[in-house]
Order: sequence, then C-alpha cells, then structure tokens
Amino acid sequence: MSSTTATIPERALARGSAYRTIVAPIVLGVALLGLWQAVVDGFGIEQYIVPTPTDIFHEITDNLGSIVDGSVRTGVNALIGLVVGAFVGILGAVVAGVWRIFDTIVAPLVAALAVMPIVALAPVLYTMYGADKETARQIVAAVAVIVPVYINTLRGLRQVRPVHRDLMRVYAASARQQQLAVTLPTAAPYVFTGLRVASSLAVISALIAEYFGGPIGGLGKSITSSAASSNYALAWAYVFGAIVLGLVFYCAALAVEMFFTRHRSTP
Amino acid sequence: MSDTNQAVEVRAVSRTFGGRKGASVTALESVDLGVAAGEFVSLIGPSGCGKSTLLRLIADLDTPTSGELSVFGKPARQARIDQDYGIAFQQAGLLPWKTVTGNIELPLALHGAGRKERRDRVTELLELIGLTDFAGHYPDQLSGGMQQRVAIARALAESPRLLLMDEPFGALDEMTRERMQNELVRICAETQAAVVFVTHSIPEAVFLSDRVVVMSPRPGRITDVVDVSLGGPAERDDSLREDDAFFHAVATVREALHGVPVGGARGVDNR
Amino acid sequence: MTRRSAPLGRLALGALGIAAVVAVWEAYKALAPDTGVVIGDTTVLPRSTDTAMPHVWDMISRLSDPVIGIGGDTMWQTVLDGGLFTLRIAALGWIIGVVVGFGLALVMQRFTIAEAAVLPWIVLSQTVPLIAIAPLVRRWGSQITIGGFEWQSEHSVAVIAAYLAFFPVAVGVLRGLKAPDATHVDLMHTYGIGWWRTLFSLRLPASVPFLIPALRLAAASAVIGTVVAEVSIGLRGGVGRLIIEYAQSASSDPAKPWAPIFAAIAVGLVAAAFVGLLGLALKSYRRSEIPV
Repeated sequence: MSSTTATIPERALARGSAYRTIVAPIVLGVALLGLWQAVVDGFGIEQYIVPTPTDIFHEITDNLGSIVDGSVRTGVNALIGLVVGAFVGILGAVVAGVWRIFDTIVAPLVAALAVMPIVALAPVLYTMYGADKETARQIVAAVAVIVPVYINTLRGLRQVRPVHRDLMRVYAASARQQQLAVTLPTAAPYVFTGLRVASSLAVISALIAEYFGGPIGGLGKSITSSAASSNYALAWAYVFGAIVLGLVFYCAALAVEMFFTRHRSTP
Repeated sequence: MSDTNQAVEVRAVSRTFGGRKGASVTALESVDLGVAAGEFVSLIGPSGCGKSTLLRLIADLDTPTSGELSVFGKPARQARIDQDYGIAFQQAGLLPWKTVTGNIELPLALHGAGRKERRDRVTELLELIGLTDFAGHYPDQLSGGMQQRVAIARALAESPRLLLMDEPFGALDEMTRERMQNELVRICAETQAAVVFVTHSIPEAVFLSDRVVVMSPRPGRITDVVDVSLGGPAERDDSLREDDAFFHAVATVREALHGVPVGGARGVDNR
Repeated sequence: MTRRSAPLGRLALGALGIAAVVAVWEAYKALAPDTGVVIGDTTVLPRSTDTAMPHVWDMISRLSDPVIGIGGDTMWQTVLDGGLFTLRIAALGWIIGVVVGFGLALVMQRFTIAEAAVLPWIVLSQTVPLIAIAPLVRRWGSQITIGGFEWQSEHSVAVIAAYLAFFPVAVGVLRGLKAPDATHVDLMHTYGIGWWRTLFSLRLPASVPFLIPALRLAAASAVIGTVVAEVSIGLRGGVGRLIIEYAQSASSDPAKPWAPIFAAIAVGLVAAAFVGLLGLALKSYRRSEIPV
C-alpha cells in the first residue's frame, strides 16, 4: 500500500501505531483510576468495602519501608525458586531430550504437576522443613517454575530444522558438536520463553505459599494481616508492592529474552 | 575395484520408501551413473523423478535399498566421514544466530581448524563470492541470493573435490539466477571440483554442465544423458546464452525430457 | 508425550511415573539421615523422620481409617466429598472465566485499539495475588441481591477461580483468532463476507489448536484459584479448607495432611481429563497441529 494511494485515515493510523501501543493502555488505565475514585467518592462507599486510589496511595507512601521489606523477602524466595526450578527444569529437559525412557516416565508426572494446585503442598512442606523456615515457600516456587521451563525447553530441543540436522550429518559432527552448534542455539528462544512465563509465576507462588503457613514476613503475610484488621487500604498498598515485584521479574525475564533473540525471525 | 579417479560411481542403485498403509514409493530404480573428477554433471527431471534422492544417497544422507555407491572409490559413508565433499541445500540452511563469517567457517571450526587458518580461509572465500563487506552481517539481514552465496562459500570452505548442490538457485529470481550461474562457473574453474547439480531449469543445466542427466519419475530412473559440448569454463559467459549452439543443446535436453531418444538408444551411462 | 500410545499405554506410563516417585520417596527415607541434608545453616533436603515424611503405605492406609477417633466417616469419604465440592466450584469458575476470556478476545480481535488498550491490563491483572481480592469479592457479592438470588461464599470462590481462568483463555483465543493466513482472510473478503460470518467460518475453526491448550491451562488455573480462595475466604466443605485443617494435626497424625493433597491432585487431573475430552471432540479442527 503506497502512501500516495492510502486514504487519509489509513495514513494516520499507520503513523499512529506506536502511539497506540503505548498511549492507549495508559489512557485506559488513567480513565479507570479516575472512574474508581469518582464512584467511591460519589456514592460515599465506605473504606472497608472499597478504598479509593488516593487512600491506597497514602498508605503506600506511609508504609514504603515495610512494603519494600516484604517485597524483598518474598522476592528472594521467588528468585531462589526461579533459579533452582529453572536449573532443574532445563537439566530435566536436556536429559529427556537425550533419553526417551526418561521422557516417557517423566512426561505424565509433569502433565499432572501442570494441572494440580502446587500450593497445596505448602503445609506438608512446612512440616518437612520446619515451620520457621522459608524453604517451603522457595520449594513451592521452584516446583511451579519447573513445569513451564521443562515443557518449553523440551519443545525447543525438538525444534531442530531438518536442513540443519542434515548439515551436521554432512559434516560428520559428533553428537556433542551437534548439540553445541545447532540444538542448543535453536532451543535458546524457547528456554527464554519458558523463563519469562515462569518469572511472574515464581512471585505469585512464593507469595501464596506464605498464606499456607510459615514464618512472619513477606508480602503475603502482610496482606492478610492488614486485611484481618480491616485496614483494606493498607492491604491494597501491599498488593501494589506485589504487582510491582511481579512486573520487575517479568520485565527482567523479557529483557533477557529479547537480548538473546534479537537476530531471529519468529520461530 | 572402483576407479578412484571417478568422483562418483553409482551402480544399479534403487531406493524404495515404504509408505503408509502399505503403499510404497520407488524413488529410484536401478540407476547407473558415473561422474569423472572435475566434471560438471546436472540431474534434471520433473518432480518425483528421484534426482534429489540420488543426491542424498551420494551424500550419505540416506541409504540405497539395493545397489552400490562409491565416492572417490570409497563407500559414501566413508567419504562423508573423510569430508570428501561439500553440499549446498535448496534452502540455504544458514544458522540464524551466526554471522556470515561464523556460517562460512562452521565446517572448519567443527573439524578443529585453528583460528588463523579459519580467518584466512573465510577472507579468501568472501572475496570469491563477493561479500567481503558483509562479513559481520546476520542471515536475516541478507537477501536470498546473498544467503545462497554464503551457503556455497560454506560448501567450498574445506576445498572439497566434489560439490553436491540441490537446486541451490531454485528460490531466486531469473536475473539473480543467471548471475549466480556465472559465479558458479567461475568458482568451479578455479577449484577444479567435480559437481553434481540438481535442477528444474533446462537452460541452467545446459549452461553449467558438461553432461546433463535426464531422469523421469514413477519409478525414478535415468532416461538419457546429453553431452553438452559447449566448451570449457572460459566459453561459458553471458554471450553463450544467446548462442545457437546453446539453444540447440537446450532443445535436445527438452526433447529428451519429453521422451524423444537422443541420437539413438542411449538409456544408461556406461562409462 | 507421544500421541501414538493408546490410552491404556498412557495409563501404564502414568502408573510407572507414580511408582518412580514412590520409589524415590521411600529410598530417600531409607537412606537420608533423620535431620535431612543440611548445608551450613540451611536444610537443603527434608528431614526423613516418620513424622516429617510418613511412609507411602501409611498415607494410603490412613485413607481407609475414620477421620477422627473411632467412628464417623472414613478419611477417603470426607476427602472425596471435599474434592467433589471443590470440583463443582472450579467448574463454575472455569465456565465464567472461559466466557469472559472469550468475549474479551473477540473484542480485542475486532478492534485493534481495544487490544492495544486492554491487553497490557489483562496481563497485569495476573500479578495481583488472589488472596488480596478474596475478602473484597465476598463483601461486594454480599451487596448483590438480584431477585431471589443470594450471594453465597461459594460464588466468591467461583469468581476468583474465574479471575485466574480468564487470562489464558483471553490470550490464547486472541492468538487463535489472529492465526488464519492472510490469504484466507482475503479470500473471505472477496466473497463479500462480513466479520461475524468470517468469525464462524474461518477464525473460530482456525483457533481450535490454540483454544485447547488455553482451556487446559484455564482448568488448571481454576482449580488452583478455587483451592486458594477456599482457604482465603474460609469456605467449609472444599479441599482447600481440609488441607489447612489437617495440616494442624501434622505432628500427631503425619499421614493426615496428605489425604486432601491427593484429593486436590485428583481434582486437577479430572479437570484436565475433561478438557482432553473436549479436545477429542474437536479433533477434526486440529489436523494442522504438529504433535510435540
């Protein structure tokens, strides 16, 4: 479509697409926030039913230190879970890619793990490791991370294009050479997709595991204790901290993914 | 035993594929072919005639159901392990995460060549294919023709005595194709390699080859071999494409493809 | 997982997997020290006492014993009832989530500006932890009385399950609706067919390969959401509540907490199996799928 034949609205749209991707969601978000504030104020809704955005904002600024502490606590658990889970998931997928037997045995286990509520294991994990330890939360996060990392890595390892496989055969490359030259680089984008999915999952899992027991500290505990004392604005302030934490993890994983796939067309 | 001066020797080779639900496909039936050292041979024929299958058998990417295949006097498998040939596929098959340099030096790196040796060879090859300025580019930044040139440079990296090429110019437009054909002739003159070249295009086959092997499908077999006596590499330039002898050779090959025997009954090659 | 194995073969494989897990569990109990594997200050591998890690056969035999004391319902009955309760609510949440997700996907496909504006918020919505919303949902729900319909706690749980379930459906269905080749879309255009009919004759059938995994993920999310929300709202009768309750008796009755866990796993598997059946029913639309 040449610019001379495009109609004026079309040309405006084409120019405006970057503008659209950034401005539109922000406009919507601001509009919703404004609506929220207006409805609560206008209808005189009590704070214990729905706090206003301004209430929440005040609680955030008042309790910033506590929010950051909780975020760090939960964040560290999520990070440990992410690292351990990613390591196990990738290693497992590599083994499964090489040994069919391992793949056959593990596949139904991973499928079951993908559909069961992993946080249900939190109470028994607290028993196994002690209710005063953070370990149970890290394990819950790690197990939640293993599933998407394993599945995506295994898929990536199987994506080698036939022409590249032929090329390696033509060069009489050893299995190890083939892995390094072709299989692993082909799988890399899939691994990073798995890590991206797993990143926010790690945060949510670590947080929800706090709800099932364990020591004080962490965003989950703070949210429930403030909700229990009916200070909902404060609870939402901690929720805001959780959202920011989840976003940080997700954006970090996304940045890593984009860096390593910058020279690929979409697979 | 087989003549080691022969680049490729194919004797009574058949390849049958067992299909689903019992329907099997005979891709090649009792094919005989010989390619001398330094000779350029094209395989041409309609879809399903087995030309790509034959090339893959020579490359040891597949094994024949029956018959014998030797490359430089050795079995195909040994020739592959000894890295006696270079291959260019129809899709360039460049590794998208490596630069042009990385792709060209891939076989050298895999076979343990030192860094200096690799750099020197890549510089040489880049000059040969005319892409010195693109050494650090990635495949997604190159056009189709440029990618194919890189693939050919890669095939030449270890200076093989035999080049196997499966419709390498198939995805290119006509102008780029003709230019690439000129390049290939020049490269082959310089390297003196034998070439087995699979193609769909009659003018391409005639322009490039010493001999054109005509094949037909169902079952795949060689029906004719046309001697293209248009001279050596020096004579094969753009002006050749407008030569009467060229058109005559093209007509001969076309007739052979349509089933008219070439100058008497010559069904198989007996060299 | 190959699709070539017959269902019976896959059951056998599943059993093999379970046997492998049991073997690892018992082997660890037999070989590891009572205090577990401790590196420095942290306990890396768990304690292997019978209180911390009951034997697998103890867990299983506990199921046939009564819940408390001597009389009353057996463990497996209680846990089964809890599982069915949770499954019912999860199913309701799943249906709501699927409908909402589908609707959002349709709107986002129809209007590109809607996609640009709404999709980031949909993605962001999943970073909000459920437990925060649960009491709020219950409070809002109790304000709603339409005709004779009274809001129960169960409905709050279902809403939360729907909140988790709608996301994979919205994202997956959107991808699916945008999946058809440009040539197919152009073809419909040349036939003078409008958006609605193109939706039914082209986009919906083309989206099935994306729909099925999305529905499966939504089912898993609905189950997780239901279990966690049950705990958060304190809803009696479901598996979530049982998990928390029985975890209190962990020191005196180590096998007890495991029973509702098995039930929770079973609920998840049933949900996934249901979606698998759906997938079978829609088989003819999935021919273009490449088996993993």
